[in-house]
Amino acid sequence: MSYILIVGAKSDIAKAVAREYANSGYNIYLAGRKIDTLDAFAKDLTIRYQIEAKLVELDILNFKSHQEIYNSLDKKPVGVITAVGYLGNQELAQKDFNEAKRIIDTNYTGVVSLLNIVANDFEERKEGFIVGISSVAGDRGRKSNYIYGSAKAALTTYLSGLRNRLSSVNVKVLTVKPGFVDTQMTKDLDLPKKLTATPKEVAKDIFNAQQKGKDILYTKWFWRYIMLIIKTIPEWKFKNMSI
Amino acid sequence: MSKISAWGNYPVIEANLIKYWDSNSLNFEDNKEYIAYGNGRSYGDSALGENIVKVREKDLFLDFDQKSGLLHVQAGVLLSEILEHFVPRGWFLKVTPGTKLITIGGAIASDIHGKNHHIEGCFSECVEEFTILLDSGKIEVCTKESNPDLWRATCGGMGLTGVILDAKIYLKKIKSKYIDQTTIKTANLKETFEAFEEYKDMPYSVAWIDCLAKGDSIGRCLLMVGDFLEDGDLSYNLKKQKSIPFNFPTFALNNLSVKAFNWLYYGKVKERISKQKVDIDTFFYPLDAIGHWNRIYGKNGFTQYQFILPKEQSLKGLEEILYEISASGKGSFLAVLKLYGKANDNWLSFPMEGYSLALDFKIEPGLFELLDKLDEIVLKYGGRIYLTKDVRVSKENFEKGYPNIEKFREYRKEMGFDKRFQSLQSKRVKI
Repeated sequence: MSYILIVGAKSDIAKAVAREYANSGYNIYLAGRKIDTLDAFAKDLTIRYQIEAKLVELDILNFKSHQEIYNSLDKKPVGVITAVGYLGNQELAQKDFNEAKRIIDTNYTGVVSLLNIVANDFEERKEGFIVGISSVAGDRGRKSNYIYGSAKAALTTYLSGLRNRLSSVNVKVLTVKPGFVDTQMTKDLDLPKKLTATPKEVAKDIFNAQQKGKDILYTKWFWRYIMLIIKTIPEWKFKNMSI
Repeated sequence: MSKISAWGNYPVIEANLIKYWDSNSLNFEDNKEYIAYGNGRSYGDSALGENIVKVREKDLFLDFDQKSGLLHVQAGVLLSEILEHFVPRGWFLKVTPGTKLITIGGAIASDIHGKNHHIEGCFSECVEEFTILLDSGKIEVCTKESNPDLWRATCGGMGLTGVILDAKIYLKKIKSKYIDQTTIKTANLKETFEAFEEYKDMPYSVAWIDCLAKGDSIGRCLLMVGDFLEDGDLSYNLKKQKSIPFNFPTFALNNLSVKAFNWLYYGKVKERISKQKVDIDTFFYPLDAIGHWNRIYGKNGFTQYQFILPKEQSLKGLEEILYEISASGKGSFLAVLKLYGKANDNWLSFPMEGYSLALDFKIEPGLFELLDKLDEIVLKYGGRIYLTKDVRVSKENFEKGYPNIEKFREYRKEMGFDKRFQSLQSKRVKI
């Protein structure tokens, strides 16, 4: 059976996504930094779903290494899912450019470096799909997290362009915009329960949207409408708001 | 701080939730008390406290041995996850309660039992070993032989010896997802007891009692017994779940609606003995088919009263208790009766040889007074109350039923667990 490559595999959404695909019989490459911490998780996939799960050491910030790592995969994946995400510290990022750069490079530059390579391969093979996990935070800049948000906005635009480029060779690109999700990344935030999804719910949405060949997914679904409202607030009003 | 409750939706408390923790770096702070929380399916306050350690996220399958059926999983794995992946491969849980939506850690901490208790005993009987976090950084792998005290205190110990991290459990081989079920309809309690005796060699048995029946009909039941078929059909498809979307108004569950429900359920079975072919979910987990069924009891919540009486006292004791309930007019949707096998030697395990009855009650004025009255009858006949379902039993009424309670208390003190692990329940019954 074919392989799916999941990048940023240590995140809770990525792990839930891995289980969704494994449940449908796909083999899984789990890629990320210090990936051997996912040893037990990879074994969990093989026991639960009786599939192959392999670990791939990959540092999203080490751009130069990406081509070689991709080349080294025995069997090329039929689908690539990037779940790389670094929320960072907005306040720190305003003062210290290193933090700002880390947020931008993790969420955007690194993903571009990797997906360029994947896109070239898929374009040549005329098959495959790409799922990029962006964020609703990229739909409008807010003072609480606009460095992260702007990196995600860039990623959203990149994925949109990629979808346009690859549609002629039948390679589907799905942009995922999760709202609040109950994960390690957000465990210290006080999220409103009714608006917060579990990683499993998000993963199911992603799997279903990808299998149906959708372009853009808001998850949970109501975030499409929440963001629609937020996007229509005029800038003169929005600039004085605290949301 | 977050709002949290268990399955009974009573009480609802504010607590500090600890999730996504790393067992090697979970730092217990001095002078703070902690309690582990699995999937929130115990009914009362046994997993509620000031600082709640959420275990559900620890959900990895660590190893499986095809030959022996020994499965090594983390404590947050649900029984339903094991079934989903292993029934199609011909494996089933050796011991399972009436819901599959509980964690392995919870199964051990409650030393749960199921419809085959009279044959297979409690959950701890299928556990080879467990790993437990006793204090910050102090992790012990425990088998019955390696540390018998820790074993006997932890199995059934309601999370009061530490946070269970993972366990190795034996699964059993099955050749079908279907159960060959026989339903026996009885007219009164005496007949019900006779039926249990007659079918005691069947691996699985449970009775549904119409506890609002009066006079000569008190104790009439539908006894369901069965065993796995061997037809080779192991396709286990998860059914689409129906769900109760919101709390029912509290008046929805009045005496009349329960009576109607009981009448329909009991009345739809015509013959004295009938045969059915039912699947695993229908036989073992009928209520799991309705998500959030606890909401039918309304926002004030409910509790389950489960007790057990020694076999020789059961008939008299149950008659007295059923009479008391019938006279009170307080309805119970579910009254589940079961004959148990011999007790094990875990200090706080609930089962003993005899009959257990479990009844649901919505929380309302006058209920706890009724349950106090029932406690007295239970104790008079040498029975005990099940902590996993309990939210109100007094220290005195609780401890009379458990002869090993002092051993448990002393062990906790000696190990310093009493300073570290406490639930609302453990404080109430002072264990």
